[in-house]
Amino acid sequence: MSQLADTNHCFDTSHPPDAQGHFGEFGGRYVAETLMEPLKKLQEAFDEAWQDPAFQQERMNLLQHYVGRETPLYHATHLSKHMGGAQIYLKREDLTHTGAHKINNTIGQALLAKRMGKKRVIAETGAGQHGVATATVAAMFNMQCDVYMGREDMARQAPNVFRMRLLGANVIPVDSGSATLKDALNDALRDWVASCADTFYIIGTVAGPHPYPLMVRQFHAVIGQEARRQCLAQAGRLPDVAVACVGGGSNAMGLLHPLRDDPVRLVAVEAAGHGLETGKHAASLAAGRKGVLHGNLTYLLEDEEGQIQDTHSISAGLDYPGVGPELAAMYEDGRVELDAATDQEALHAFQILAKTEGILPALESSHAIAAGMRIAKEMSSDEIVLINLSGRGDKDLDNVFKALGEEVSI
Amino acid sequence: MSLSRLSDCFSRCEQENRSALVGYLCGGDPSPALSLAVILRLAESLDVIEIGMPFSDPAADGPVIQAASERALAAQTKMHDVFELCSQVRQAFPEKGIILMGYGNTVYAMGYDVFAQKAQAAGVDGVLVVDIPPEESTDFDRALAKHALHHILLLTPMSPPHRQKMIASRASGFIYYVSVAGITGGQAGAVEEVEQQLTSIRQFSDVPICVGFGIKTAEQAQAMAAFSDGVVMGSFFVSQIAEHIHDSETMIDSIHQSATEIRLAMRRTV
Repeated sequence: MSQLADTNHCFDTSHPPDAQGHFGEFGGRYVAETLMEPLKKLQEAFDEAWQDPAFQQERMNLLQHYVGRETPLYHATHLSKHMGGAQIYLKREDLTHTGAHKINNTIGQALLAKRMGKKRVIAETGAGQHGVATATVAAMFNMQCDVYMGREDMARQAPNVFRMRLLGANVIPVDSGSATLKDALNDALRDWVASCADTFYIIGTVAGPHPYPLMVRQFHAVIGQEARRQCLAQAGRLPDVAVACVGGGSNAMGLLHPLRDDPVRLVAVEAAGHGLETGKHAASLAAGRKGVLHGNLTYLLEDEEGQIQDTHSISAGLDYPGVGPELAAMYEDGRVELDAATDQEALHAFQILAKTEGILPALESSHAIAAGMRIAKEMSSDEIVLINLSGRGDKDLDNVFKALGEEVSI
Repeated sequence: MSLSRLSDCFSRCEQENRSALVGYLCGGDPSPALSLAVILRLAESLDVIEIGMPFSDPAADGPVIQAASERALAAQTKMHDVFELCSQVRQAFPEKGIILMGYGNTVYAMGYDVFAQKAQAAGVDGVLVVDIPPEESTDFDRALAKHALHHILLLTPMSPPHRQKMIASRASGFIYYVSVAGITGGQAGAVEEVEQQLTSIRQFSDVPICVGFGIKTAEQAQAMAAFSDGVVMGSFFVSQIAEHIHDSETMIDSIHQSATEIRLAMRRTV
């Protein structure tokens, strides 16, 4: 049995929310009455599956042989040298099947859907990575799959739309609101309210009503659990700082949550877009207020009347006006530090990593790289900065080309 | 005293042997000024006026009411305008019920207590917030109670008996029975199934029960009125705003006329 499958910690549920899914005052279950009972059933099914060795074995098996776990922890010596500070280690989620961490979660939820006898899955997607990861597992499990995607995002991420269709999924354009990720989530919820008897809603981030934030965190915990073990094995010690980008927060919770009881600085990097001072960004923690959206209480970008605001980031995957409730609680408790990277800083980091290490990161992950490089520079060479490289950049080449034009240089 | 006004409304309907007509329009749709004119005219035929608080992300609503919210927000409708609408309707109709309907973030952003205080001052009788279920409503309930407002709760075909019992025991004003699992403006639930569910809910509470979601014709309203205390129609009226968006006179006449016909159809025949 591999080390991956031989982990008792796959049953770990440290720092659980209360019975109604609250992390401090955040989270909960703010949904229409129609969804209350289906969510309770989902929670019971998840709790039961999580404690079932057969479920965990099947999940670990797929993570190993289908997803390609464990993913490497790579000591980026050239980047470290380039920055002249701490040693930078990259958790290579970009090397998973489908090219981003998202599949850790869709494998878990699809297994749960199968266990609950659901024949159809639905999902929302922004950049298309979660949609592709959902379409992928739906193809493998032979389930009908409908993915809601803002029409705006469909245009921005056309190759992913094509990928989903090739995988047999039906991509449904969303025209309401700003026609982006939040609106896709609204439409997926509208679908689920009417279809929950036979349909499983695979939410793509650590948000939504309880038990989604807990469930998605648990399915991604493998990222941080592996990285922790690998760092101890390779460097003989834990990292000093762990860094991840934050849209809704799934890759951040995946990396950071398993390290929360360790003496490690945890840094969440939000998308500062054109700059926090311009108002054109997606930094819900840095610039948001507490509010209720998509089934949970969390930090939101909204106006004073509670109307949700349009967000901006060069990376569609970070372009969301809220953040997972547990991350909001960890931020408010002072356990997670905030950082932010602008579009320009992310583009710069994208190029540096490409040139120094031969790796093209996703634009989402480029935000974490940008902040991680900045942090490493201020530290000494015997210290360690661990960065979650949550996805690969192939999907972003078009946008990077548009942003940089012919002048690709550092 | 506003806490008795809703029950008086239902008692009057009972005496007249008919089911109450509850009509929804989104506050500020298509603009605060025109919205007031439309609601005042519609209210003539209603027993309870349900005024929507426009929200950017109305995830429980179908396309018709989503579009209403978008029109209202595009016309710069603020909560101040919505309360003003309520005040005007209250002045014009001292005895009719007024309830505010909307989403949790609107009331959370204002602060539950400030919201309840303003709603009471505007003559509102009850509040229905789609996405604050009883499990999350302790603070909200306290604020509403302090300002003599009913918290209108929902039950749906997905609510099992234990939830029917829990919600019915907390219900105040009336229970809003959602006829079908889905969003507003879709298909209505089958009449026989709705009737069965209402019989089940009535074991747990004497609070009036209104049926809504998907009711779009006088025939449907009549069928639901036979066994319910009230029938809620929303998308049906809202769609007429969209249809006559460029002709406000026709808009107002059309909504008024259709409401009058429905009200007549809802008389119970003995």
